Amino acid sequence: MDHMTALSRDDVQHLAQLSSLQLTDDELTSLQTDIGNILGYIEQLGELDTTGVEPTYQVTGLENVWRDDSVIASDVTRETMLALSTESANHQVKVPKVL
Amino acid sequence: MTRISNIVDRIKSGESSARKEIEAALTTARSTDEYHALLSVTEKRALERADEIDARLAAGEDVGRLAGVPFIAKDNFLAFGAPTTAASKMLEKFDAPLQATAVEKLEQEGAICIGKANLDAFAHGGSTENSAFGPTKNARDQTKVAGGSSGGSAVVTALDVVPFALGTDTGGSIRQPASFNGVVGVKPTYGTVSRYGVVAMASSTDTIGCFTKDIADAELVMDIMSGRDTNDMTTLPDFFTPLDSAMPNQKIGIIKESMSDDVDNEVRQRTNEYVEKLRAAGHTVEEVSLPMVKYALAMYYIIVPAEVSSNLARYDGIRYGHRADGVKTLAELYGRTRDEGFVTENKRRIMIGSYVLSSGFFDAYYQQAQKARTLLINSYEELFKTYDALITPVAPTPAFGLGENTADPVKMYLADIMTVPPSLAGLPAMSIPAGNSEAGLPIGVQLIGQRRSDAQLLALARSVENK
Repeated sequence: MDHMTALSRDDVQHLAQLSSLQLTDDELTSLQTDIGNILGYIEQLGELDTTGVEPTYQVTGLENVWRDDSVIASDVTRETMLALSTESANHQVKVPKVL
Repeated sequence: MTRISNIVDRIKSGESSARKEIEAALTTARSTDEYHALLSVTEKRALERADEIDARLAAGEDVGRLAGVPFIAKDNFLAFGAPTTAASKMLEKFDAPLQATAVEKLEQEGAICIGKANLDAFAHGGSTENSAFGPTKNARDQTKVAGGSSGGSAVVTALDVVPFALGTDTGGSIRQPASFNGVVGVKPTYGTVSRYGVVAMASSTDTIGCFTKDIADAELVMDIMSGRDTNDMTTLPDFFTPLDSAMPNQKIGIIKESMSDDVDNEVRQRTNEYVEKLRAAGHTVEEVSLPMVKYALAMYYIIVPAEVSSNLARYDGIRYGHRADGVKTLAELYGRTRDEGFVTENKRRIMIGSYVLSSGFFDAYYQQAQKARTLLINSYEELFKTYDALITPVAPTPAFGLGENTADPVKMYLADIMTVPPSLAGLPAMSIPAGNSEAGLPIGVQLIGQRRSDAQLLALARSVENK
């Protein structure tokens, strides 16, 4: 596979940041190569003429599927959901400080 | 090989019981440990359910079409009795608060889930080597991959642990491992089965289907699972009803791009033999061309990572799943949790998704891929004006060696080159055993139909089964 898209280490670091991934140095190195190769492969789509073609985002043909706006009782309790979190207190999920 | 009807009949006649069947399946499951096809066994709950079903049968109740029949779900289906891990560290200890609609529907017919099958973490992969808990080995040759991402489900079916297993198929994840292990694998029309309670990967192509030993069992399982679910607004009104027999004199197109010299010789031979069976049954098979398939894999590896990056954004270490220790800020919590909880392939896909969705690249990649997808769909529709079904091999080769493709992600992706195009178009496609290679590795052929032609496609496959 040729490297048509040269991705710098900074580019990969930026992508990691956009993706909320705190990568190790080794991971950055290997992902730089892998992602470069994959982008090299997918770039072949550029040769396709799609002028005037509508994009397809979904294939069901369904549009605006509504449900009744009504409250339905759930089998899943608040306690069950809170218990899934590593840390909770006073019926709330605990997180570290934001800033 | 045990079929669903064998078990149902044994229990109905009193020769066996739900408990005996579940105990036997659990024993077989344990005897296949070396394949690493299972991540957990839900023994306690399964035996409780078996006793309950036996009691109801003894009371003369109609328990359902799958009363006492054991099955295994890929471990990205939320189910009670064991954690739902998606084969990831992120969800290693996640106890599902609810069950997937597909699992619920099967249980309502009396089926019993006995365990959860291995997969590529978050279903990202084509060999089950991306599981955070180690790969699954091929049912026929333990030096080969199981295929993926539903590798564990394919292997437990092939090893006769259960008559059927559940999988998910986003770009080939049921069909390719079915082919590699010699079982039937069905990916239905997009929207046939509710995805509620199934770990999302790429929402515009994710589907739920099954592995079975014959077509009739696949028809039964799909009949039960299909239908509209208000918890998944992409589900179609139930259109699936198995047919008694196949339409006679069908016109079938064999896609010539899938039979090029790049494809393994034995794979092409088995495919041609299957074509001869179709002809012998009175159908016409002609070579057709679908040039757009050349671009399908490139489209797929833009669209799917884009959807993956968005679907996997929910794993932030806060409400559920893994949370990194000793972090001071929220940003650090996200970053460290996600680095620890995802395998490399998850990270690759998330980052490619971030790339193709970035402003400046969005039109060139994501938008271009979705336009190309329209062209692909149009070219299928053009073929379906003349043809009732299409045929290709499932994969370019039989199962490859463990470790053979892990160093090169692009090479790994190429194993999906035949299965990805129907996924992008939302078409039903299935993998049917077509014999073995000289080395004894199974080879499957793929039948592809128009949207909602699932029943017709299965009937066609059934009409030439064992012939």
